[in-house]
Amino acid sequence: MNIFQTKFHDKTNSAIPTIFATFQVKLMQNPGIETAKKLGLLESEYQKICDILGREPNFTELSIYSVMWSEHCSYKNSIIYLKKLPRKGSRLLVEAGEENAGLVDIGDELACAFKIESHNHPSAIEPYQGAATGVGGIHRDIFTMGARPIAALNSLRFGNPDLAHTKKLIKGVVKGIGNYGNSFGVPTVAGEVYFNDCYNQNILVNAMSVGIVKKNETVSAKADGPGNPVFIVGSATGKDGIHGATFASADLSENSAEDLPAVQVGDPFQEKLLLEASLEAIATGQIIGMQDMGAAGITCSTSEMSAKSGTGMKIWLDKVPTRQNNMKPFEILLSESQERMLIVCQKGGEESLLKIFDKWDLECVQIGEVTSDGRLKYYLGEELVADVPAETLVLGGGAPVYEREYARPAYLDKIADFSPSIVSSPDDLVELARMMISLPNIASKVWVYEQYDKMVRTGTMTSVKTSDAAIVRVKGTEKALSLTVDCNSAYVYVDPHVGGMIAVAEAARNITCSGGTPVAITNCLNFGNPYNKEVYYQFVHALKGMGEACEKFDTPVTGGNVSFYNQSQIGDKTEPVYPTPTIGMLGIIDDKNHITTIDFKNENDLIFLIGDQNNHIGYCEYLHHYHGIIHAPAPHFNLEDEFRMQNAVRSLIQKGLISSAHDVSEGGVFVSLMESAMSSTLGFEIDIPLSFKPDIFLFAESQGRVICSLKPENKTETELLLRSQKVEFYHLGSVKGSEAIIDRVHYGKISDFSSLYASALSLKLEN
Amino acid sequence: MIKCGVITFPGSNCDEDMIYVMKEVFQCQVEKIWHKDQTLERYNPGDIIFIPGGFSYGDYLRCGAIARFSNIMDPVKKFADRGGIVIGICNGFQILCEAGLLPGQLLVNDSQKFICRNIYLKPYSTETPLTFDLNTEKAYMIPIAHADGRYYCDDSTLKDLIDNKQIMFQYCNSEGIVNSESNVNGSVLNIAGICNKTKNVCGMMPHPERASESELGNSDGKYLFISLLSWIKEHHFVLA
Repeated sequence: MNIFQTKFHDKTNSAIPTIFATFQVKLMQNPGIETAKKLGLLESEYQKICDILGREPNFTELSIYSVMWSEHCSYKNSIIYLKKLPRKGSRLLVEAGEENAGLVDIGDELACAFKIESHNHPSAIEPYQGAATGVGGIHRDIFTMGARPIAALNSLRFGNPDLAHTKKLIKGVVKGIGNYGNSFGVPTVAGEVYFNDCYNQNILVNAMSVGIVKKNETVSAKADGPGNPVFIVGSATGKDGIHGATFASADLSENSAEDLPAVQVGDPFQEKLLLEASLEAIATGQIIGMQDMGAAGITCSTSEMSAKSGTGMKIWLDKVPTRQNNMKPFEILLSESQERMLIVCQKGGEESLLKIFDKWDLECVQIGEVTSDGRLKYYLGEELVADVPAETLVLGGGAPVYEREYARPAYLDKIADFSPSIVSSPDDLVELARMMISLPNIASKVWVYEQYDKMVRTGTMTSVKTSDAAIVRVKGTEKALSLTVDCNSAYVYVDPHVGGMIAVAEAARNITCSGGTPVAITNCLNFGNPYNKEVYYQFVHALKGMGEACEKFDTPVTGGNVSFYNQSQIGDKTEPVYPTPTIGMLGIIDDKNHITTIDFKNENDLIFLIGDQNNHIGYCEYLHHYHGIIHAPAPHFNLEDEFRMQNAVRSLIQKGLISSAHDVSEGGVFVSLMESAMSSTLGFEIDIPLSFKPDIFLFAESQGRVICSLKPENKTETELLLRSQKVEFYHLGSVKGSEAIIDRVHYGKISDFSSLYASALSLKLEN
Repeated sequence: MIKCGVITFPGSNCDEDMIYVMKEVFQCQVEKIWHKDQTLERYNPGDIIFIPGGFSYGDYLRCGAIARFSNIMDPVKKFADRGGIVIGICNGFQILCEAGLLPGQLLVNDSQKFICRNIYLKPYSTETPLTFDLNTEKAYMIPIAHADGRYYCDDSTLKDLIDNKQIMFQYCNSEGIVNSESNVNGSVLNIAGICNKTKNVCGMMPHPERASESELGNSDGKYLFISLLSWIKEHHFVLA
């Protein structure tokens, strides 16, 4: 049964969830501990609020604390481990968590602002708006820093593609991402889509934005200077998205569709105007600080900006432009209406600000001023409706911090029991190859990405030829950015520590194959309920792995977000999603001549497999979908070998020795070879080196390997370089004809594989 | 020197791309024009006004239906009446149709989806500014990025378009064959772009400005702009 659909239709008459309907009558009384619990606060947290205020909070104040201390805003269950990740590097201009997004020095007096964020629960309930506002929110994080977004990426996880519910969700999500990004005018340049039953109810939608700003023209989210005016700009405030942050911090259940008002509605047109007006406003030099309104709306922006500057604010809620009449103070404070910003400007600069927003036909209204007492005082007319110290609300200030207990998940025992001897040899490798190329996690995602404008802004250099990472030029310089998002969550599930390392290593491998140098990452940590000890084990160990790999590749963490509670209650059973720490990586290509694509270039070029080859078989698409084995160890991975291999491939590229490079990932060596062939229509003829089991050689997903093609005249120099850097390699064969030939067996025409590859997913989704 | 003006409506998002190409690739003098401007009198008939792609007014209601009421559209009509060259790309094409400067209408793609893809175009008539120098035997690779690009007009309008050689481009395959498989969005007669009777107002759905630099992996679009510039030279539009 489609639980969301049923509930959705059952409840269409109830515009406000029952819990809030009850609250409205109690609004003026001190609501007490029971209400606090309903809002998601713990008893100890309620006591802490009373201690801070020296009295019991009223309902508005309680609402403020409940959202600001929710997991979504406070990172209370994750911050201890986030702080253990490597967060320093010579290129970083701000430290993780310090601003709305990471900021990296890319030379030429320019900086790159980038960040990834989740919008999982809204997308699971209302896929179109949930995904659209996820895109809108992450772009606002970038341009609120003064950077112009130049590229968008996304990482999506869906359930079984054969289910009608999955088809409905993917269609809604893709349309939502497309319509928002296309209209906003920022190209969606890369992404990943995975299907796995663990996401049947709880899909993951992670959106990333990348922007460019002159190093000395960035804007901070601060509220300096008591007496300076505070403005709200952009859309009017409505009742949508109230308590969205709290919603994001609870388990997704079959009653979640009742929370529909917690999902926001996006308007990319308003956001486009807001972008242009904000950047023009910043150029006047009158802006002190700016913060977009995402989770927890006005509450979050006023408290974070004040806390950062050690100031306070007086805010008149009745001055906030609203969509509905008679909105209650808590509704105005917590509304997550999209396309809004809070701006603190220099006193005296009001006129120039108003003029710009008037030009773009946007609302720009002064709603308050900065004060020196560190308190947030919200008024409705003359009446003071809430009075709280700003510092006590925020992460790093008074927000609670917890270390949760963890325990090794029981399922890991099953994995430890796996023996490769149970993997029987397949009867027909040719038939297996055709099956592999058609698997949803391997087949072309053209059905998805054709719905995204990937070329607007004329920066995308990979819209005709494919590279392992998207390449976007930085106009006015010789540079290009290399961008990728990666995480194979099945690897993280079977081995959180190694899986976490692989997520980073694979991202770096993609950047390396594109011709770039990995520079920094942003991450989106999607996990189950942190109060579940097994989930917390996955979290702690995945982060440990990520941290080790980030250290090795010198790619510090610049920020990102944590999304817990990704699990569904089905009957009385709770199933967490696979641990999914999505890595968004930024790489730099200093010389555009180094850009390398995956397609075979010339007949008779030699094909090399670079990296450590072995007979190891761990979790892979082949084991999962051919043998039905899910509980197998992570694929072979060695951080040192991977690092050496990537450095060697980068040297080969920079010396101009190789014609194409493509990493070995899902589907193994066969799929990599085939993708290089299909991108060019040229075929290949290879022999599997003796001592390797054919099915393992072709389809296992051991890490740290790259398929390269090179001109015969570059063979000697290539081999010398690889040997000198102690990197293993195999000369498999050469680029030939228009067929795939392995061990003298004809696997079929490349064009036939192309048709299978291109149509497999759309056939599934459209039927 | 030929002067180009690129109009920005609220929601335009290819205005900067158009400016970049005309300035950096073709070294033209380029100005930004704000949609609230009241006049284009400073532009001569040998100059070019571009209406760029994007989502003017969010494409709410209907693509181009609100933009046509913007202040700037009256001056655009007057400029066109003076023989000035007006080029609408994608959303610009939709606006020109809504404004009545070009016949016909752009409907939602027959797939009901937004499509971003490199497609091929075949020049149909070379008696138009954008096709003047092009080879009618060649297929030009140009990207599209639209949800509402299915050109539609009634039979008598179609007959006029054919008789007056107003059809600029048809969607074709990489071999230049125009057929139903290559008709990416279901347009009448595979039409990708047309001009008006007097051949000075042109509209097309594909984006040549995204395909005019080898660095982007595709420079076929460059030939359309070269054509446009030589058409202007040939027709001696340029006044003192």
